[in-house]
Amino acid sequence: MEWEIVIGLEIHAQLKTRSKIFSGASTAYGAEPNTQACAVDLGLPGVLPVLNREVVRMAAKFGLAIGAEVARKSVFARKNYFYPDLPKGYQISQYELPIVSNGTLTITLDDGSSKVIGVTRAHLEEDAGKSLHEDFHGMTGIDLNRAGTPLLEIVSEPDMRSAKEAVAYMRKIHSLVQYLDICDGNMQEGSFRCDANVSVRPKGQTAFGTRTEIKNINSFRFVERAIHYEAQRQIDLIEDGGEVVQETRLYDPDRNETRSMRTKEEANDYRYFPCPDLLPLVIEPAFIDEVKREMPELPDEKKARFEQDYGLSSYDANVLIASRATADYFEAVVEALDGEAKLVANWMNGELAARLNRDGIEIDAAPVDAVAFAGLLRRITDNTISGKIAKEVFDAMWQGEGGADEIIEARGLKQITDSGALEAIIDEVLANNPSQVEQYRGGQAKLLGYFVGQVMKATQGKANPGQVNQILKQKLDG
Amino acid sequence: MTALHRMTLAELSRGLAAGDFSSVELTRHFLDRIAAHDGLLNSFITVTDEAALAAAAAADRRRAAGEAGPLTGIPLAQKDIFNTDGVRTSCGSRMLDNYIAPFDARVVEGFNAAGAVMLGKTNMDEFAMGSSNETSYYGPVKNPWDTERVPGGSSGGSAAAVAARLAPAATGTDTGGSIRQPAALCGITGLKPTYGRVSRWGMIAFASSLDQAGPMAPSAEDCALLLQAMAGFDERDSTCMERPVEDYAAGLGEGIEGLKIGLPKEYFAAGLDAEVEARVREALAVYESLGAELVDITLPNSHLSAPAYYVVAPAECSSNLSRFDGVRFGHRCDDPKDLEDMYCRSRGEGFGDEVKRRILVGTYALSAGYYDAYYLKAQQIRRLIRDDFRRAFEQVDVIMGPTTPTPAFRLGEKADDPISMYLSDIYTIAVNLAGLPGMSVPAGLVNGLPVGLHIVGDYWSEARLLNVAHRLQLETDWHKRIPEAYA
Repeated sequence: MEWEIVIGLEIHAQLKTRSKIFSGASTAYGAEPNTQACAVDLGLPGVLPVLNREVVRMAAKFGLAIGAEVARKSVFARKNYFYPDLPKGYQISQYELPIVSNGTLTITLDDGSSKVIGVTRAHLEEDAGKSLHEDFHGMTGIDLNRAGTPLLEIVSEPDMRSAKEAVAYMRKIHSLVQYLDICDGNMQEGSFRCDANVSVRPKGQTAFGTRTEIKNINSFRFVERAIHYEAQRQIDLIEDGGEVVQETRLYDPDRNETRSMRTKEEANDYRYFPCPDLLPLVIEPAFIDEVKREMPELPDEKKARFEQDYGLSSYDANVLIASRATADYFEAVVEALDGEAKLVANWMNGELAARLNRDGIEIDAAPVDAVAFAGLLRRITDNTISGKIAKEVFDAMWQGEGGADEIIEARGLKQITDSGALEAIIDEVLANNPSQVEQYRGGQAKLLGYFVGQVMKATQGKANPGQVNQILKQKLDG
Repeated sequence: MTALHRMTLAELSRGLAAGDFSSVELTRHFLDRIAAHDGLLNSFITVTDEAALAAAAAADRRRAAGEAGPLTGIPLAQKDIFNTDGVRTSCGSRMLDNYIAPFDARVVEGFNAAGAVMLGKTNMDEFAMGSSNETSYYGPVKNPWDTERVPGGSSGGSAAAVAARLAPAATGTDTGGSIRQPAALCGITGLKPTYGRVSRWGMIAFASSLDQAGPMAPSAEDCALLLQAMAGFDERDSTCMERPVEDYAAGLGEGIEGLKIGLPKEYFAAGLDAEVEARVREALAVYESLGAELVDITLPNSHLSAPAYYVVAPAECSSNLSRFDGVRFGHRCDDPKDLEDMYCRSRGEGFGDEVKRRILVGTYALSAGYYDAYYLKAQQIRRLIRDDFRRAFEQVDVIMGPTTPTPAFRLGEKADDPISMYLSDIYTIAVNLAGLPGMSVPAGLVNGLPVGLHIVGDYWSEARLLNVAHRLQLETDWHKRIPEAYA
């Protein structure tokens, strides 16, 4: 039987505020345990939550970016359950009336086609603390630094049909929240993580199969793998005559498998009710107008502009707009070079991307900034160096040896453009390879490449390949 | 000179200003009275004598420096539901018997800033859940008018301490009548302000949408001075309203000719003790003699108050009390064998029966499948009740009736009958459900036991309520009566 996989994602994006959603404590990551938890975060008797205005602005930005409704009135509710790192015994979240609902996001698939994914809702909530099970010999330590950190939970429709679509959607949200400057997107630190709802059904069936929820996946790769594994597990189960149980599962990346965490029967009754400590959140239209004016150019708009203004291919534009930092870098380089967008795009998507990938760093941490990078490319466009030499210079720049000009000078990499000097070298090459010259003239035209190689070798790559070609042809054919 | 404890707070304030006595003398006088009488009454959980004398000395210095206000140097007691920095804040529970608060409640800050002197923390029903002060982990409080009777609750310690003049005034909190009912049963004046008038910051929550702090003292004038230090916007409480605070003492004494007093027929019906009704009618006659007009009104949804209240309050408390889990503070059981065991035993040992009863009821009411039928329905009833009052206030200026159906009952009399206990708040809880201000004012005695007149006003009408109560107190002296043993 042919199976169809149905996936919906719940993404938790930690909002980039300085202070927590309901208290004045700092949200900075990595502090000593319990040094960034105030009385409110600790849930001491008698404390009360006060909503951070900035989180409302950020959620509204997100809502506008996905063409959603930003609710004029939304309500904070308490989700009640006991857990040691949940200080109040309830999490303040939004339940019946979320701040954002009914948005859409268009993803681009590998084959270049696009697909619209529905975003059911996005709601504001507070994060819990962390339980530390190591170092305490049979006991559990509690770190409440993270308690009260603002989260935007973004819930999609079950619109995705493959792990690849799910990853494309997650990447798009990841890019969007960074464009909006509302989340740092740091997945190692848990600022961006997701739960995946996965079910399978025979192709052609309209009713959904029973779903499982895979909790807390914190990398694109793991999302893809976890969905793959889970969908296959469900298919195998059904094909063997079994039934999928609605449950929460955990993905173990080390063993690449999902494991049951708790079944529906064991699930908590969260006893949601409106939080009586917080009045309903009412957003005036004037506030929305203000947020609209602050909206940055969004990825889709930027992509269209890159294609139009810079004449980039859809593929190149798509890669460059994937992150706001990459797009900004690109535009800074083009501006410094006063054009040459295609060259910049090729170099960024090729050499620069490869080095970033190799070193596992983001573009804002690249050792070569946009101005320095433009300095390198300028030496290609003015024929000071060849593209091949430029790669060597780029490596040196990457190692911190200085700017392009400095390195070209120090290493004597300047291209030989004096045609007299080149001719002398070429004559010497031809003189040293009489049999190849004979074969070439005898009709083996592909030997031209051999002569170019010999000349480049003799000049240590400093000759202009175009010029070498031209002179060689003159001498051999003439 | 009258003995210090026979004076109202307002009189003491004038005495301090006139230099008739110092705050240290005054404070020592009340500390001595606590030492002499509280063994029997049990109205205090914690007495902070040393800190009180130090604060009194500081108040005297402040006065000498010419920086005294009306409350500077006035000793008073805080209900043990308010966080007090560095002092045990137990909320009447074993759960918090070991809990030293690390900060002050807004109410406490207000009194500290005014230079008032805290004598200690008063006894109360556990987590403010009770109407007799019998649910306290620290034992029941006795009513000074008859020590075999209850003082009411949950602010029973505050009411008894003021009634026996162990403190010139005290704070209380009122979720369903917890200021007004004990004020009535102990013969003192108590005010529950409009919801949102006094910040709840630092006040341990029972039912967040109903809780409101207020003053308890012999007279309305005293309450006006106290409320001045308590009321006001506080950005730490999102339900606290940003609204100017009136000068409550300034309006006292204004005429009330033409004041329309609404008498809800539902509050003068079956279940009301005939003698209590007689005292209330006598007070109403005083108002008529002052030019007020009595108007019969109806609050048709009154009978729904108790059922709605006993869904909303337990539901909110079941969530509010989840934080008492033995993890970070408060009682933790010995040698828990695992997490579940720690939760179960810590909470099982830390909470008393009434608290557990309400947590169970509230948890049930919020459960999946029951929410709509209970919590949502109760919230809809709240709207009906609010609408009843809104219509009434289109017709009248204030509403009056008895605060309680009977005078103080005997200790133990209703302890095993929660429904009958809950009915002692039958006239007061609607006011909390609607968020209105209400007062209880002494209106006489029945067989030597005090009776309270309940005065309810429209939103934000605290100044008017205080003046209306004050006018009665200019004509009567019930608020100055002190039980013989404490005179």
